[in-house]
Amino acid sequence: MAVSDVISQRAYVAAPRRSAATRLLEDERWLAAALLLPTVILLGLFIAYPFAEGVWLSVTDARVGIPGHFVGLANFTALLHDSIFRVAVWNTFVYTAVATVFKLALGLWLALLLNRHFRGKAFTRAFVLLPFIIPTVLSTFAWKWMFDPTFSVINWSLFQLGLIHSRINWLGDPSLALISVIIVNVWRGVPFYAISLLAGLQTINPELQEAAAIDGARPWQRFWHVTWPLLLPVTMVVVLFSVIQTFADFQLVYVLTGGGPANATQLFATYAYQIGVGTGLLSEGAAVSLAMFPFLLIIVVVQLLYIRRVEVH
Amino acid sequence: MARVLLRNLNKFYDDVHAVKNVNLEIRDKEFVVLVGPSGCGKTTSLRMVAGLESISSGQVLIGDTVVNDLAPMDRDIAMVFQNYALYPHMSVYDNMAFGLKMRKVDRGDIRKRVQEAADILGIQDLLQRKPRQLSGGQRQRVALGRAIVRHPQVFLFDEPLSNLDAKLRVQMRVELKKLHNRLNTTAVYVTHDQVEAMTLGDRVVVMRGGVVQQVGEPLELYNAPVNRFVAGFIGSPAMNFAPARLRDGDGKLHAEASGFGLELPAEIAARLRPHTGHDVIVGVRPEDLQVANGSAPPGLCFDAMVEVVERLGAEILLDLQVGQQTMVASVEPSVTAKHGDKLRFALNPERLHFFDATSEAAI
Repeated sequence: MAVSDVISQRAYVAAPRRSAATRLLEDERWLAAALLLPTVILLGLFIAYPFAEGVWLSVTDARVGIPGHFVGLANFTALLHDSIFRVAVWNTFVYTAVATVFKLALGLWLALLLNRHFRGKAFTRAFVLLPFIIPTVLSTFAWKWMFDPTFSVINWSLFQLGLIHSRINWLGDPSLALISVIIVNVWRGVPFYAISLLAGLQTINPELQEAAAIDGARPWQRFWHVTWPLLLPVTMVVVLFSVIQTFADFQLVYVLTGGGPANATQLFATYAYQIGVGTGLLSEGAAVSLAMFPFLLIIVVVQLLYIRRVEVH
Repeated sequence: MARVLLRNLNKFYDDVHAVKNVNLEIRDKEFVVLVGPSGCGKTTSLRMVAGLESISSGQVLIGDTVVNDLAPMDRDIAMVFQNYALYPHMSVYDNMAFGLKMRKVDRGDIRKRVQEAADILGIQDLLQRKPRQLSGGQRQRVALGRAIVRHPQVFLFDEPLSNLDAKLRVQMRVELKKLHNRLNTTAVYVTHDQVEAMTLGDRVVVMRGGVVQQVGEPLELYNAPVNRFVAGFIGSPAMNFAPARLRDGDGKLHAEASGFGLELPAEIAARLRPHTGHDVIVGVRPEDLQVANGSAPPGLCFDAMVEVVERLGAEILLDLQVGQQTMVASVEPSVTAKHGDKLRFALNPERLHFFDATSEAAI
């Protein structure tokens, strides 16, 4: 009785007059809504709306200048019979798989090297990030020059070393073009892997390596039994991000080959651009880019499930 | 047969000379503790024995083999790390079995040896758990288990108890001692805690600034420290030091310090006479400062003002003001003293330590 009296009196004294808005924000539900609102607007405007618009486009027969009518899944059925689309799907998978494997292997190797102590460590670490920092279009133009059949510095070097006797047409040869594009993607992607994995490596207690060395594990065994399992959660997240980005890659291929020669480097994104923007068939272009969605969804779900399993264990 | 021999061992890091010409023989089955303040080179020395740190010059022998160029795994040692260094992704069983698996020990044998070690350490029920599901003390046991399953020639311990709380540390200290008695394997143990050093070591090596100060059995270090550093490092509360000057007066040798003067008995005087006229440091352990009764010779008594009284139960620590300096006395709990009291203390001349003021060596 007495205690509750004191409490209510104190509450009365301590509570000054407040505006209606302040009282409203004292309620956690309203506060949460208010805090979320800016993000919801941004995401809705720039992600959800274009996505919904894309979905809508893909089920119409819209073209540039023509609003279009609902045609159901006609655009998607057409894609199934489109041989270029099939090539683009195949290329995208090869591009993503090969580039990811090399990026992971080289990035991990670089991260392990950078994790050692040596003079100029900080400088080297910063330097490694360069390909990642330079705008992709700029660096890709530089690569385009290096791959140019006439002015190629790569050809010149190989020639001077006596390794080749005729020019290699890096981007013009259909069998080489995809490899060349993958090389550039790997070059640009390795820093992201290296720096992220380096950050992961630095969370691993170096005493574990020493303990394993005393336990009799050779360097390779130490990597395989200690470093790799502990780095796995970080690796999976890095690979997840990278796969999504590589799968939907556009600028690099667009600048280097535009999807050619003869669609040898055509990817989902470049094909969607070519049809939707280049040819003006907006609805079919939207269908191509939307066709990426189920593939990406499967990749993401599988990897997220794997990450969860790894983290639980 | 696994003595460990350090011969003129040196370690340089760029221009830092971290370990200076260390010579040490650790006998077979002996438990030797390296102790000293941080940066004294004790851990670096241990890591050179383990093979985790390269040897700048000198030799390390395990058994009769020079191991300088052998990898850690080929030295037949096991090490317990300060932070346990358990593999977080492996179960307790796998943590303990890892070293045996790497050495291609037969599976059934691994099972037997892990079980045996788990029985010794009382961790049979934890074998399927992951390290993060264990308490600090349990992790410590697993780390010990991982070391003992290997049946190595030498155990190396790098401050293994420093991450445990005070109570657990005392308990594990006792268990470590029991474990050593049972396994009877040569052990080198690094700590900065002098109590750990005194209780665990068959012999203790006190280091400072990369240099071995003194090697000896615990009581030898306590009773006959070779210099002021060892005297101050070993023992808690630390030894009291008072600067003094030795003076000859009417055939007797006197030590004159601020606040008190001592008339030294003949046998001590004989030893110290060559230092007459020099500055010395008088060292007195807190328990050797006792409240004077009537029979104490006046030449060995002095007055002190009680500043702080710390009642610890089994003893009382008195912080005293003696002339210009403060001293700590550990007295019987029956002594009734309070802040501001003036007490008369007596010294036992045989328990006094004298150090040269410049070299700080015992004289």
